[in-house]
Amino acid sequence: MLLDKDRIFTNIYGMHDRSLKGAIARGHWDETKKLIQKGPENIINIMKESGLRGRGGAGFPTGLKWSFMPKESDGRPSYLVVNADESEPGTCKDREILRHDPHTLIEGCLISSFAINANVCYIYIRGEYVREREVLQAAIDECYDAKLLGRNAAGSGFDFDLYLHHGAGAYICGEETALLESLEGRKGMPRMKPPFPAGAGLYGCPTTVNNVESIAVVPTVLRRGAEWFKGFGRPNNHGTKLFAISGHVNNPCVVEEAMSITFEELIDKHCGGIRGGWKNLKAVIPGGSSVPCLPGDLMHKDAIMDFDWLRENQSGLGTAAVIVMDNSTDIIKAIWRLSKFYKHESCGQCTPCREGTGWMMRVMERLVSGDAEVHEIDMLLDVTKQVEGHTICALGDAAAWPIQGLIRHFRHEIEERVGSKKSGKISAFAAG
Amino acid sequence: MLRRLHPIQPEAFVFSNKNKAWANEQIKKFPKGRQASAIIPLLWRAQEQEGWLSRPAIEYVADFLGMNYIRALEVATFYFMYHLKPVGSIAHVQVCGTTSCMICGSENLMDICKELISVEQNTVSEDGKFSWEEVECLGACSNAPMIQIGKDYYEDLNAESFKNIIETFRSGKIPRPGSQTGRYSSEPLKGLTSLKDYESDKNQFNASVQLADSFGDTVKKINPNKIKNTAVVKE
Repeated sequence: MLLDKDRIFTNIYGMHDRSLKGAIARGHWDETKKLIQKGPENIINIMKESGLRGRGGAGFPTGLKWSFMPKESDGRPSYLVVNADESEPGTCKDREILRHDPHTLIEGCLISSFAINANVCYIYIRGEYVREREVLQAAIDECYDAKLLGRNAAGSGFDFDLYLHHGAGAYICGEETALLESLEGRKGMPRMKPPFPAGAGLYGCPTTVNNVESIAVVPTVLRRGAEWFKGFGRPNNHGTKLFAISGHVNNPCVVEEAMSITFEELIDKHCGGIRGGWKNLKAVIPGGSSVPCLPGDLMHKDAIMDFDWLRENQSGLGTAAVIVMDNSTDIIKAIWRLSKFYKHESCGQCTPCREGTGWMMRVMERLVSGDAEVHEIDMLLDVTKQVEGHTICALGDAAAWPIQGLIRHFRHEIEERVGSKKSGKISAFAAG
Repeated sequence: MLRRLHPIQPEAFVFSNKNKAWANEQIKKFPKGRQASAIIPLLWRAQEQEGWLSRPAIEYVADFLGMNYIRALEVATFYFMYHLKPVGSIAHVQVCGTTSCMICGSENLMDICKELISVEQNTVSEDGKFSWEEVECLGACSNAPMIQIGKDYYEDLNAESFKNIIETFRSGKIPRPGSQTGRYSSEPLKGLTSLKDYESDKNQFNASVQLADSFGDTVKKINPNKIKNTAVVKE
């Protein structure tokens, strides 16, 4: 188990002093100037070396992403945009950083922006997090007053402005190019790539979009060294990670743990076990709504919570939002609810997604009630494959994968339900 | 989802002086000529002022930012947090219905909404005080099931505590937001498994609740009279 001394987020529950003074006492903002003096190239190299993979879902190496930014300006400014539009069902980790450990993020913004040569950074927080926004803004104001932001930020000679901006309730704005559209004052409709944001992002200028957690760990990684960060987790899956566990565990919580922790240890150590015991575990969605669910026995026996193990098992770590479902759960209905979510959140730009999400939801609805034919299961699977990969952004894929996971692991249950409805009909008919 | 403007609209909208000053500050966050970036916060402020987002308000904000009306209208209808019609004068209850909350009992909460507020969602109750809707994941999944009213999250609910919240509002008082089972924030309910050193000197409430508590009035009261001078929109 990860020791407290190795936790990056030392105030994730907000129990300790949340002010700048408290953050400094816990070691944040400690000689930030020296970290900046390492220079952009060094900082990027350390981040590459640390093996940090983006914490927003896709797991793209953060240092590598930064290295795509132009080293010298062609006259256009560069921007860092922090994606705090946390809306993936199951995910509630960034909220805790934003409201309880905001100084990890603010210091991270300063250093990361310096590394990619951006003098301005925008944090885009989801609109529903109103209190979190107010708390974060207060923390930013505190830093301006302490001259940690603004002109000659933290005495480094680097001028830096940090602005907080918010959305108004659209999941799609968590997609990086949709977020940029939204930040420019438009509907959050994803852009075609290329050009990638590093070439032409916000206002057509070079932009890097990173998740809150990716940025918030940067100062600590630089302070303690790439080797330290690399000491956690299996190769290619390094570091510590915030896990958000919800659903049928005895004590749902958000907790920072080492990458590659086993599922069993995570649940037993922090969540007090599965409700009704391990035998009662039915299925787990290990990385937020977009990844396929996995059956309980597989998760119990061998599951390692990292990018690679979950991918090898046809799922994903995503945002490490673990949704646990016990035997009382109607798994078909649980996945139908996700289909309903994607139908609601499709921006409507691409036909396969706009039409497909509604279509898939309606078929799922009939599978829940059992009013379907067995062959429709394969038809549904076929349609998910037609949506997947045929849209501008990954929302189409995200809508398809949960259904594919359901059919892969729980086909027998769907067939049973459809079948019993059928035989029920026949016997009723016979009785009549 | 089809989102249209309400058939009955007020005649005019202007920002209060305070909000106008605030809006001018917001625009400064963005480079010159990019003031359209501020539209989401400005529309939100307009909604806070009026309780819902009317057509005159959308057009006012568009003028304020030098945008075409259609661009502002696109934004207003695209984002789900804009109420395009009036909501309950005391509280608009937003119940999270997505999977984590669903498997933890949000359907029971919605049954209570049907019983205590209105059978159909997005319909103001008979006394005009409440309305409710099912919303998608609000991002507090470790505290499921949960609801949002105004700016605040009410977490770890069950039928009883949820009914209590509604009754407290009905009696004119303000319930305390946050976890309703005595949890501090998103730590394990049965005691900390990490960061135990910090428990002893903790603040009274977590950051969100502390802030709400410091304001006292946690929901912005919405003035139901705002829709008095109305003109029907020409279809």
